Amino acid sequence: MKFGKMKSHRRNRLLLVLFVVATAGVAVGLTMKALNENINLFYSPEQIVGGEAPVGPLIRAGGMVVAGSVVRSTEDLTVHFVISDMKMAEVTVQYVGILPDLFREGQGVIARGVLDDQGIFIAEEVLAKHDENYMPPEVADVLKESLEGSSGE
Amino acid sequence: MIAEIGHFSLILALGLAVCLAILPAVGVYYRRVNLMQLSGSLSAGLFVFVSISMVCLGNAFLNDDFSVAYVARNSNSALPVQYKISAIWGAHEGSFLLWSLVMAGWTLAVSVFSRNLTLDMRARVLSVMGILSVGFLLFILLTSNPFDRNLPVFPQDGSDLNPLLQDFGLIVHPPMLYMGYVGFSVPFAFAIATLTSGKLDSAWARWSRPWTNLAWAFLTVGITLGSWWAYYELGWGGWWFWDAVENASFMPWLVGTALVHSLAATEKRGVFKSWTVLLAIFAFSFSLLGAFLVRSGVLTSVHAFAVDPERGVFILAFLVLVIGGSLLLYAFKATGIKSTAGFEWTSRETMILVNNMLLIVAAGVVLLGTIYPLIYEALTGGKKISVGPPYFNTIFVPIVMLLFVVMAVSPSSRWRKTPLEKIVRQQLVSLFASLVMVTTLIYFFASKIEWVAVLVVSVAAWILINLLRDLFGRVRNKVDKLTALFRQPLSYYGMLLGHLGIAVSITGVCLTVYYSEEKDIRMAAGDLVQLSGYEVLFKGVKKVKGPNYVADQGELVISRDGEHVVTLHPEKRFYQTGGNMMTEADMDAGLFRDLYVALGEPIGESAWAVRVQYKPFVRWVWFGGLLIALGGSVTLLDRRYRTAKRKVAASATEVGVTAQKTTTQKTVLGEVR
Repeated sequence: MKFGKMKSHRRNRLLLVLFVVATAGVAVGLTMKALNENINLFYSPEQIVGGEAPVGPLIRAGGMVVAGSVVRSTEDLTVHFVISDMKMAEVTVQYVGILPDLFREGQGVIARGVLDDQGIFIAEEVLAKHDENYMPPEVADVLKESLEGSSGE
Repeated sequence: MIAEIGHFSLILALGLAVCLAILPAVGVYYRRVNLMQLSGSLSAGLFVFVSISMVCLGNAFLNDDFSVAYVARNSNSALPVQYKISAIWGAHEGSFLLWSLVMAGWTLAVSVFSRNLTLDMRARVLSVMGILSVGFLLFILLTSNPFDRNLPVFPQDGSDLNPLLQDFGLIVHPPMLYMGYVGFSVPFAFAIATLTSGKLDSAWARWSRPWTNLAWAFLTVGITLGSWWAYYELGWGGWWFWDAVENASFMPWLVGTALVHSLAATEKRGVFKSWTVLLAIFAFSFSLLGAFLVRSGVLTSVHAFAVDPERGVFILAFLVLVIGGSLLLYAFKATGIKSTAGFEWTSRETMILVNNMLLIVAAGVVLLGTIYPLIYEALTGGKKISVGPPYFNTIFVPIVMLLFVVMAVSPSSRWRKTPLEKIVRQQLVSLFASLVMVTTLIYFFASKIEWVAVLVVSVAAWILINLLRDLFGRVRNKVDKLTALFRQPLSYYGMLLGHLGIAVSITGVCLTVYYSEEKDIRMAAGDLVQLSGYEVLFKGVKKVKGPNYVADQGELVISRDGEHVVTLHPEKRFYQTGGNMMTEADMDAGLFRDLYVALGEPIGESAWAVRVQYKPFVRWVWFGGLLIALGGSVTLLDRRYRTAKRKVAASATEVGVTAQKTTTQKTVLGEVR
């Protein structure tokens, strides 16, 4: 390899810098691409009912599990429940699998999945936090907004 | 009363930490030997008083003193005694007290085991560590006092420790993890001390290398234990979730790994001096950032502590002060440092440089994914997102694969210059050999051929072959081969073990990802399910009673080709005091596979939701982690550090204050008196 009359340590340094810049460039590009493909936006029940949430892509939804809304299939592990912002908006969630231990009626949960064209949220993962005092920040915000909204009326 | 003693001794500890931060530094500035000498006794005092505080809190737990709010929230009179002890660090306040105790412990260790340092350097290092202790202790006293009372009315019984934490994993996981996190404060303190002294030579690398390796080994054990605990207690058989809290421990590990390597290069060859200093600053900064992410509640995570904005603000301010201050110092002091030794681009130095680049990029990728929800929310005015595991997998995995390739080749490289043609030929042969070997093994033993798995495991085998060849090459020409094996420096064996651990871990990770089988099904008593050649028979559920819970205990009989393998008893526990349900999975662990069963919830009259899993090679993930940690700690015992330290001590002549060996110190003390 010849780099004109460059001294060897300069040549090394240039090679190194080029290598680092190239690696960093590729890494940053790929990273941003992967990042933007894998973000899951959060929607409140009100936004989903209002049609703001897209049908198809992976999103997250959260709210309180409405008391008495949990219906289990007797055939397999399918379960339906309703999440609400405790005001008016309610969304039905369908999930197949084992629910987390802290999943309970009246508890805040977050579900990750897709919205179908019937307005039913098909969850692939349901999260309930393992500390019973802990409210997911998203759900806390949803409840705060809906409570503030109703007290203003 | 005892709780008040604990609180009071914590305040005294803060006072001592303030003295430790200020007095030795003043001593360095005015060249007063007696002030510099104070650093040792102040460190000891700091440790003693934080320990007293810890003992007092432990006493409150053991005696069920529910007038202490923290005890009332996290303990219960029916809690078994070992969990009463581990409950001390089961929630935010107590765990931060443990953090401070570990900090004081490392400070004391530095003051005891660094008597070979120049007095000036020792004073600087301990002063920096004192500053950090001041921050941590202030944080406890102002925002998270574990000794707060529930007076005048206090509960008759406590509301119990979170059942997930009533486990052996929680007894050992946080102390190990904190030893690692906080341990990085030692190389950080050495780096800052060196920067302020303005003498950035290779000596500091030699001083801080054993400390860094030890802290890094602890962090490795801590992460490994956390992953193992998640596997059997929390995760339904998952062992890594790219959760914010996991990432918080993984980022300092990645930077710490880079630091361990670049310190080796700095010590041995005198290269990358200022870069190594910067890495030392970064490693500890990432530890602090982790503490911030976990304790401020800014991120959604499976195990974030309860939300308290005030705490978040405090840690953030501390973070900005520490990172900003040290980077500023770096900017002013680290300019104009030149590496004394040059190297060719086919050298071990280059390998380490590439290793460092890749590790830093990997840490950056994890950091971006972890805090992107915060950035996104700020940029879009409140839109909330989460970053899914696919992001981490698609970006992180290729980067570490590159890293593994570098790692496989590196033992064959030499410092300064390596003959390229020879290496390339060697490596092509060993890569081909491992590919053939692994493909054959997978073809005969696995149900199907997954080509990605073949590739990854081949790289692991390649790493192994190269390590063995290097070891063999070192003794080949010796007459007495066994003696030659023993004569190799321990730090060399540390490297072997560490790299072997990585090879073992990636084999485990890859095989368990590609060959696991998992079924969530509804099972009534008498139902049978097939799983990876095993038959699982569900015999039903019966009630059992534990010390502080009642449980439904299932019985699953697992057999293979008609032969009984194991009977497993997973439980669904109900902890009465807190009203919590908890899944206690049961598993048959083995070197080559785990069988894992867990009960979901009852469905209808007699049926249960059941998860059954076949997880090949999952134990290798953690076994590798332990090997890595072993490698890191073996280096410490290297004879070089004992003899080398003496050499450094003898050659160093600081500004008229040369008091290295104990004897000289005594003389100096005598003169001052």
